[in-house]
Amino acid sequence: MAEILVLVDHLDGEVKKVTLELLTLARRHGEPVAVWVGAGYADAKDKLAEYGAAKVYLAADEELTSYVVAPKAELLAQLVADKSPAAVLVPATAEGKEVAGRLAVKIDSGVLTDVVDVSDDFVGEHSIFGGAVIAHARVTRGTPIVAVRPNAVSPEAAPGAAVEEQVSVTLSDAAKAAKIVERVVQEKGDRPELTEAAIVVSGGRGVGGAENFKIIEELADSLGAAVGASRAATDAGWYPHQFQVGQTGKTVSPQLYVAVGISGAIQHRAGMQTSKTIMAVNKDPEAPIFELVDYGVVGDLFQVAPQLTEEIKKRK
Amino acid sequence: MNIVVCVKQVPDTETTRTLKSDDKTLDRAAADGVLNELDEYAVEEALRIKEAHGGEVTVLTMGPGKATDTIRKALSMGADKAVHLTDDALAGSDALQTSYALQQVLGRTGFDLVILGSESTDARTGVLAAMLAERLGVPQLSLANKVEIDGSGIKVQRQTDYGYDKVEATLPAVVSVVEKINEPRYPSFKGIMAAKKKPFETLGIADAGIDAAQVGLASAATEVVDFAEAPPRERGQIVKDEGEGGVAAAEFLASKKFI
Repeated sequence: MAEILVLVDHLDGEVKKVTLELLTLARRHGEPVAVWVGAGYADAKDKLAEYGAAKVYLAADEELTSYVVAPKAELLAQLVADKSPAAVLVPATAEGKEVAGRLAVKIDSGVLTDVVDVSDDFVGEHSIFGGAVIAHARVTRGTPIVAVRPNAVSPEAAPGAAVEEQVSVTLSDAAKAAKIVERVVQEKGDRPELTEAAIVVSGGRGVGGAENFKIIEELADSLGAAVGASRAATDAGWYPHQFQVGQTGKTVSPQLYVAVGISGAIQHRAGMQTSKTIMAVNKDPEAPIFELVDYGVVGDLFQVAPQLTEEIKKRK
Repeated sequence: MNIVVCVKQVPDTETTRTLKSDDKTLDRAAADGVLNELDEYAVEEALRIKEAHGGEVTVLTMGPGKATDTIRKALSMGADKAVHLTDDALAGSDALQTSYALQQVLGRTGFDLVILGSESTDARTGVLAAMLAERLGVPQLSLANKVEIDGSGIKVQRQTDYGYDKVEATLPAVVSVVEKINEPRYPSFKGIMAAKKKPFETLGIADAGIDAAQVGLASAATEVVDFAEAPPRERGQIVKDEGEGGVAAAEFLASKKFI
């Protein structure tokens, strides 16, 4: 069975959930092989085995994570040449897509970005134009490079041997041109990462001010959810820009999306329309968000959201 | 400093966007074309760098004839001149081919800095800056939320999921900027008038030294197999809060096993 390379997404050994999703997806189409770049493998090993990595190509040299993106693409290009995999899967995160882009140039292969599912022969399903259109696309030249959106697939455990093979690459000068001199990890508290979270609670214009976002945060925390915000809220400076969900922000696809005080303009829908279950609280019964919801409450969010938070805590 | 800003005309997000049934490429006639809003941050950043360090800002776009409107907007914001790569042979090019075509043009214009928006609001591939840096063999300083230039040195803050990376390199370089790196200026009336007189070069693929066999739908490395309108979501239950709306919502979440 042909190998399918999965680029592991991790932060110093803490494996991101999307990696487990990619391994699950890879298993349906071939032999999943994890590609590890950087430090921290010892902490990650068991997890990769648990989710079915048959092999792990291990490139622990920290030089590979000292430069922006290019070293990962050079390593993958070399592995494609040496191992002839059937495909390369990367997470459709901002960085994952950049790795895919550079790799595509290096090996002259087509790249599919932001797919939500992969069927036989690596045909990727895309949800485009803000979720209005479902398109299927395939790579017609080279080794398919597929960037898969986080939360597109449910990760399923299936033990793999995770046989380790040390790999290395001699970086070109061009790959060492953009040096990372410092990594700044900002405090995020205990909340899950926005694009990875199973549940996202977002606040919008109706929240009315930065101080009121604690209502959104409390609801999110009661559900173990990430916090998001509409562009209206981030533009107003009520919540940091990196939490924006929408056309010009993050695309999320959680199991549950709760929109609070968000009208549901196309700008916002483009970032959350593929969520599995959608709930909204809005005082305007005509708000377009209600066209998407599985459950909607027409009412004052300052009444409904705290009551919901209390009720969730009570039921725990 | 020779700064080239790559911009793209995209269908207006507010209009109905779709693909064409015959060749499954973007239906540009169905929607109004506008300057990709994330590119406005790139234009603004280029203008600020020019204002601080001197030089010239060139707007580069690849697209059909009507993309001229998009270039005009960038010129009216204050860019100095424009290059429009347009040729029927380019229609249907994917990101890999687009990066090749732009590389050829950039070889002609020369550059110290190429600046792009982080992605387009239509295709949203987010790969072009990385592809261009790879092809040009220059540093990739992408997803910047801060750019500082000092002589031939350049420092950026690269936005990441966990915060940011401080990145350093030497010019020439490719930079992509994220939304909110700056507040793009509105074109002034004077700017709009001045834009009409600015140098505007239109290139076909032969002018730019682009190999026709490497661009266009027929030689793309990806193809759209099929597409359809997404089925509308089934409208769920909507309740009016009469004092117990939060409890009712919790009931729903419990029924779906979220709590």
